[in-house]
Amino acid sequence: MLKIALRSLLNRRLTVALAVLTVALSVLLLVGVERLRSEARSSFANTVSGTDLIVGARTGSVQLLLYSVFRVGNATNNIDWDSYQKLAQDRRVAWTIPVSLGDSHHGFAVLGTTGDYFKYLRYSENSALQFNQGVPFSKTNDAVLGANVATKMSYRLGQNIVLTHGSGEGAMSEHTDQPFTIIGILAPTGTPVDDTVHVSLDGLTAIHEGWESGSASLLSSTGVLAADQDRALPPPSSITAFYVGLKSRTAIFSYQRAVNQYADESLMAIMPGVALSELWQLMRIAEQALTVVSGFVLVIGLMGMLTALLTGLNERRREMAILRSVGARAWQIFALVMGETLLLVSAGITTGIALLYAMLLACRPILREVYSLNIAIAAPSTTEWLLMGLTLLAGCLIAALPAWRAYRMSLSDGLSPH
Amino acid sequence: MLIELADVQFTWRGAKHATLDMPQFSLAAGERLFLHGPSGSGKSTLLSLLTGIHLPQRGEIRILGQNLAALSNTARDHFRADHIGYVFQQFNLLSYLSVLDNVLLSCQFSRIRRERAQAFSGSTKAQALHLLDRLDLTPYLERPVSALSVGQQQRVALARALIGAPEILIADEPTSALDAERRAAFIQLLFECAHEHNTAVLMVSHDPQLAAAFDRSVSLASLNRCSVEAENA
Repeated sequence: MLKIALRSLLNRRLTVALAVLTVALSVLLLVGVERLRSEARSSFANTVSGTDLIVGARTGSVQLLLYSVFRVGNATNNIDWDSYQKLAQDRRVAWTIPVSLGDSHHGFAVLGTTGDYFKYLRYSENSALQFNQGVPFSKTNDAVLGANVATKMSYRLGQNIVLTHGSGEGAMSEHTDQPFTIIGILAPTGTPVDDTVHVSLDGLTAIHEGWESGSASLLSSTGVLAADQDRALPPPSSITAFYVGLKSRTAIFSYQRAVNQYADESLMAIMPGVALSELWQLMRIAEQALTVVSGFVLVIGLMGMLTALLTGLNERRREMAILRSVGARAWQIFALVMGETLLLVSAGITTGIALLYAMLLACRPILREVYSLNIAIAAPSTTEWLLMGLTLLAGCLIAALPAWRAYRMSLSDGLSPH
Repeated sequence: MLIELADVQFTWRGAKHATLDMPQFSLAAGERLFLHGPSGSGKSTLLSLLTGIHLPQRGEIRILGQNLAALSNTARDHFRADHIGYVFQQFNLLSYLSVLDNVLLSCQFSRIRRERAQAFSGSTKAQALHLLDRLDLTPYLERPVSALSVGQQQRVALARALIGAPEILIADEPTSALDAERRAAFIQLLFECAHEHNTAVLMVSHDPQLAAAFDRSVSLASLNRCSVEAENA
């Protein structure tokens, strides 16, 4: 009976192939959306692994997370250098990474920090930053590039780059007087680090000397300041935010409280994981809409298959009559059509998943470079298995319709099909 | 008697009048019976009753002594597979199966016929090949079914109907798609093969010219009291 079903399907290979493709594409969309959603989440979560708290000026926790980690949006306020010093020397603190943002380079964010950035920042499952070439910055005008910056701009070690004051469309004035030298290029991480130009805090202080008014003063534009490379620099007056690693995770809440109640200025400390889940809450409606749409596409796909099957059934009355004449039971006809449909749906699911993996493999480099989305080629998750199971179940329900019709037809037609 | 009908009456669902009202009909073992029936004489209805696809509302049909009404739907399907070979007017074959697999189809649904074919030739395949050879089809074994002529297709159908030596062969206008010359030859071959397997032949046709070759010829109209009614099926 299975052989008959397979041969019969093979005989109608064009219709069958199209039906399988319809289901495959819907499954591809459904599972693909789920995969991208979860990968985007884990990619975001990977960005801040190992950091216990992020401290910034008081604002929304999602906003603080977005600008301090993902370079999205701007800080409303800075942290005073003295406040940072005080909080960084707390006995519960193991390390801190100060972060100073605001400048840019050809659309890439410029981040001022200290050598601790390369020492303590972790991404993915506790991976440290690796240098593809070169070393961390040590001098005032050294710069370390993220992997994407280097590839997209085709930069090499030793090249000089000029930073732009401010960021975005309005960023026009360039710090041409004090170029930076590329001294290191980081390995790709699939996080915003790849799209960042890293310089020392001193470097940022140096290029902003004489810019206190917001634009270049005579002192800086004439190159007087730049001429003195090894001049003593004052500590920066403020930073944008800092990442905190604590000696013990049990101290998170007490340290967070200490920051939130800090008397000299209004600061806040956020746990990256908690802020991320708040962000997901915001995104939920969009995610749900996407899921609903792909669910509907699946329904449409199954409907398309159903149409093809029902149309084909009329042409198969002769086939059913022959089978009945040699003694096939009516329920076997039911099982034949049911089995066929389930086979189609299963083939559709398998093809869809195969397509998904093929596409993931093909698009991985693009997703990584353009969207900094690092996608792992892993086995389907529980949710994805569930989606496939649901598709098969929907297939079962849908299969029952042509199967029932074939059953009724084989009973009423008997050996005289119309 | 292989087939015995008594006072059978059948009305299609939704029809006002009975399509078949048959006081008596029988077929003896090994008999070759020609049933002459133009369309409208209740031919399809009678065949669907004899093969146990439908049950009469009244009366009794016994095949090999078994009252069909006493069997469940599934048991009647079983019974048909075991004891009746069936040849359609045309389009007898599943186009996606090979010639051999089309013949072996009968053995797939009946253990009795499988066992008889094995007893006869050692294996079902050997028996199928023997029948196909007997019907001059050996050169066509590898051909796709659609490449066979109508006459060849009918002969494949005959092999399928006879494999495993069922007691009864029912042929519904098996020659209507053949030209006059081939008709006689087909029926001759049908008789020879049926005789070899000791199978009785019940052939229904609107063409009375074929009647001469048969042991007995009956007009369906004379058996069916409702024959004036147009057939429903």
